[in-house]
Amino acid sequence: MSRIKILQTRIQKFLANPQVKTFGSFVQKEFYHISRDKTSLALLLILPVLLMILFGYSINTEVKNSQIAIYDPSNDVVTRGLIEKIKASEYFTVVRMLKSPDEIEKQFLREDLKMVIVFSDHFYENMQRTGKAQVELLTDGTDPNSAMTVVSYASNIIALYQKELFKIQQIPFQIQPAVKLLYNPQLKGPYYFVPGILGMILMIICSMMTSISIAREKEFGTMEVLLVSPFKSMYIILSKAIPYFVLSLVNLTSMLLLAVFMLKVPIAGSLFWLIMLSLLFIFLSLSLGLLISTVANTQLEALLFSGMVLVIPVVMLSGMLFPIENMPHFFQWLSQIIPATWYISGVKKIMIKGLGFSSILPELGILTIMTAFLIAVSWKSFKYRLE
Amino acid sequence: MEKVIEVQNLTKKFGDFTAVDHISFEVYKGEIFGFLGANGAGKTTAMRMLCGLLPPTSGKGLVAGFDIHNQSEEVKRNIGYMSQKFALYEDLKVWENIRLYGGIYGVPEDEIVTKTDELLKRLGFEKERNSFVKSLPMGWKQKLAFSVAIFHEPKIVFLDEPTGGVDPITRRKFWELIYEATDRGITVFVTTHYMDEAEYCDRVSIMVDGRIDALDTPKNLKQQYHAQNMNEVFQQLARKAKRVDA
Repeated sequence: MSRIKILQTRIQKFLANPQVKTFGSFVQKEFYHISRDKTSLALLLILPVLLMILFGYSINTEVKNSQIAIYDPSNDVVTRGLIEKIKASEYFTVVRMLKSPDEIEKQFLREDLKMVIVFSDHFYENMQRTGKAQVELLTDGTDPNSAMTVVSYASNIIALYQKELFKIQQIPFQIQPAVKLLYNPQLKGPYYFVPGILGMILMIICSMMTSISIAREKEFGTMEVLLVSPFKSMYIILSKAIPYFVLSLVNLTSMLLLAVFMLKVPIAGSLFWLIMLSLLFIFLSLSLGLLISTVANTQLEALLFSGMVLVIPVVMLSGMLFPIENMPHFFQWLSQIIPATWYISGVKKIMIKGLGFSSILPELGILTIMTAFLIAVSWKSFKYRLE
Repeated sequence: MEKVIEVQNLTKKFGDFTAVDHISFEVYKGEIFGFLGANGAGKTTAMRMLCGLLPPTSGKGLVAGFDIHNQSEEVKRNIGYMSQKFALYEDLKVWENIRLYGGIYGVPEDEIVTKTDELLKRLGFEKERNSFVKSLPMGWKQKLAFSVAIFHEPKIVFLDEPTGGVDPITRRKFWELIYEATDRGITVFVTTHYMDEAEYCDRVSIMVDGRIDALDTPKNLKQQYHAQNMNEVFQQLARKAKRVDA
């Protein structure tokens, strides 16, 4: 009871402190800056949604009448039967029967082929002798979403055909479809864009906007007046960070809702740890924004700096668009020092793979160290710049 | 007379470069002290030290009775500051700007309210209370910025080229505000490039190469240098400068 009272009076004292009151009106001022700039505000709120929709739906999921080619070296009862089934389906149009495996690559490059089905030699014989027969489904991974869909349709047809055969022949056997993705082995669909976009947007909102808003105060000379005033510089910086922190929480929520309900990307793992990871990343981005603002004296400089330091590396090197494993060694190494790389990797683990807390320990650890480092450096250089 | 600024041998070095070189002067309560010097003469550095922004390398400095070495918080609380950029928030309303700056200096909330009314009335800005600062004409912004800088009744107000880029008529009107402030006992420490403004000051110091080479009333300075106006005085002194414009 008494402890609560002590706490209460402490809180009251804290709130009555003129510095804290002023801090409150400063946070309010920052919200005014944001809310009165209608265009920017609209952009900040709509851009994440737009990007989500753009990435999610620009990948066409319509796969009716997909053009496919077939290479069938065994040409026996079973393969012919399966080919008939495929031809009969509304999903596929067989445009070519290939005569040799060398043609596969050429066909992919020449025509708008979605898939090539390759049967093994002696398909029926293998089936009877070993109970197993191989069929390979080759798809164009540059269009990952439709590649996925095409494969799943084809696998369905094969599985149905297998059941039918089983009824007739009563032999326990298996047709094993082997899926091979050409050109984009990682199969990056909307599943894989969601973590990347999360990382990019949070970084833009927190770092870019914070640094621009601090640079604006320098440009307009208001920073100078604030520094001459008895108001503590720590409060100035904090009051800058809070609105963008709130804004990024709004964006995080809207993006996660979009991802789950519109793009149907489930959150397989713990929502709690996903949010904790995101909060950590938001803190990191805010301190990065602070660091940029110590270097940049005008809004344009801040914009260019954050564009070069944040957005381009995040898009190119974080594994958001291009798989890190396929990069030259130097860029692989570089990608490891980009915070977004770790955030995106952590989000993938929790959101897509459904792994638990222990699996993202390395990500959490590295991001924490990076945040501490950035806060220390930017705080020091901020103080230094003031002098 | 009460001294509000006392400076003795104040020095600031950046590495090998001595930006401010053993300057000494005093400023008295209620006077308008002109702080002149060519670009790079060390004006800004000296002023930043007096405002508690920059620790001096050596020398003594008392501002409003507080030591600039180790009482910069108290110094800051007792001074006002206005720069050429006016430093108002363009996307905030007139009264929001006043409240914000009043709050920074710890003016109690109810006092802010009554003083805001008073201020707007005195300036004839009552209708502009809810206007955004960006919609005000230049001269009005300047008036408002100055009024905001002395809103908390500081002992001294530092004006860093407050009239830069403003036409002569507006400048003249601005000086009327400065006189009003001194009537209320506020000391004005002002830097300027305009020599006609130097004539308005009670006393003028002229910095050359980090030192104060002249300090007196405009009248005495003109006599001493056999000059028609302050511009000639300034030209004679500035010509001696060895330091290249930094």
